[in-house]
Amino acid sequence: MGGPRWTDEQKKAYYKLMKEIQTVDFVLVELNLYLNTHPDDQQAVQQYNEFVQRSAALKNRFQSMFGPLYGFGNSYATCPWSWKEAPWPWQV
Amino acid sequence: MWVYEKKLQYPVRVSKCDPRMAKFLIEQYGGADGELAAALRYLNQRYTLPDQVIGIVNDIGTEELAHLEMIATMVYKLTKDATAEEMKEAGLGAHYADHDKALFFHNAAGAPFTATYFQAKGDPIADLYEDIAAEEKARSTYQWLINMTDDPDLKDGLQFLREREVVHSQRFREAVEILKEERGAKKIF
Amino acid sequence: MFTYRKAYRPYISPWDPCPPLLVKTYETPPQLYMGFQPMGLPQFNSREALRRGTLWPALFAPYTNPYKDAKGGVCDDGGTPMDG
Repeated sequence: MGGPRWTDEQKKAYYKLMKEIQTVDFVLVELNLYLNTHPDDQQAVQQYNEFVQRSAALKNRFQSMFGPLYGFGNSYATCPWSWKEAPWPWQV
Repeated sequence: MWVYEKKLQYPVRVSKCDPRMAKFLIEQYGGADGELAAALRYLNQRYTLPDQVIGIVNDIGTEELAHLEMIATMVYKLTKDATAEEMKEAGLGAHYADHDKALFFHNAAGAPFTATYFQAKGDPIADLYEDIAAEEKARSTYQWLINMTDDPDLKDGLQFLREREVVHSQRFREAVEILKEERGAKKIF
Repeated sequence: MFTYRKAYRPYISPWDPCPPLLVKTYETPPQLYMGFQPMGLPQFNSREALRRGTLWPALFAPYTNPYKDAKGGVCDDGGTPMDG
C-alpha cells in the first residue's frame, strides 16, 4: 500500500494519525446518535463540541501530510489534484 | 447529500487469505439482514417518519453505509490474492465464473439482493419495530460469523460491528419511547 | 444482577444422530434492559470506546462463541457476559 512515494516512516505516521482520527470521530458518532434522543444533555453537547475541535485539528495535520480526506469542497485542494490518489480506505 | 470520507469508521484487518470466510461474510453485504438492507431501509423510511425521530433514523442509516464499506473491505482483503483454484476450493467457483473477485450484492447462499428484504409501512411504530428487529437479526448474524472464524483480526472487526447493532437497537427503542410521549397532544386538548 | 446470556436444555432423543449439545444459549444484551438511557452514564475513554464499539460500558456486551468446546455439553451456568 501507500503508493510508491511513501517511506516506512510515512506509512507508520499514516496508520497512527488515521487511528487517532477514527478514535475521535467514533466518539462523535456515538454522541451524535445519543444526542438525537437526549437533546437536552448539556454535558454531552459540550463534549461533542470539544471533540469537533479535536477532530478538525487532527484532520488538518493528516491532510497536510497525506492529502485531502474529503472531496466536493470539504477539504482544500492540492496541486496537482490529489484527492483521486490511492490509497483508498479499503486498500490500506 | 452525503460527504464521502476517505477513511473507514474502524480499522479493518484480516490476518490471512480466507475466501471461504469471505463467502460467509457476504451475507452482511447483500443479505436480508445485511448492511445494505439496513442502510436502504432506514434512509427510505425517514421521509415519512414524524420529525422527532427522523434524525435518529437518518444518522443510523448513514452509519450503516460506513459498515457496508467495512464489510466490503473484509471481503476484498480475504479474497484479494486468492487464486482461481483457491476460490474454487472455498466454494466460490460459481462466484468466480461470473464475477472474478468483484463483490456482488447477494447473500452467503448466492441469492441476489432484493428490495423485498425490507418494508416501509408508513406507520412509525411498525417501521421502528422492524428496525429494532433488523438490528437484533444483524447482531445474530455477526454472532454466527464470529463462531465460524478463528482469525483474531477479523473477529475484532466483527465484534465492533456487532456492538454497533446493540447501540442502534438502543436508539431505535428510545425513538419508540419518544413517540409514545403525549407531548404534542397535551397542548391540543 | 442480570446476565447477557441465557441457557436452556434442549430435549434429547435417543434417535438424535449427532452427539447432543446438552445446553444451548442465546444472548440477552443490555439494550433489552436499559430503557431510556439515563444521562451522565460513565464512559470509556475514547481509545477504549473505539476498540469496544460503544462509548458506554453499560451498553457493552462482548460476544464469544459459547459452543467452542461444547460437544457433549458445557456452558451450564446461564452465563456471564464474559464467559466462553
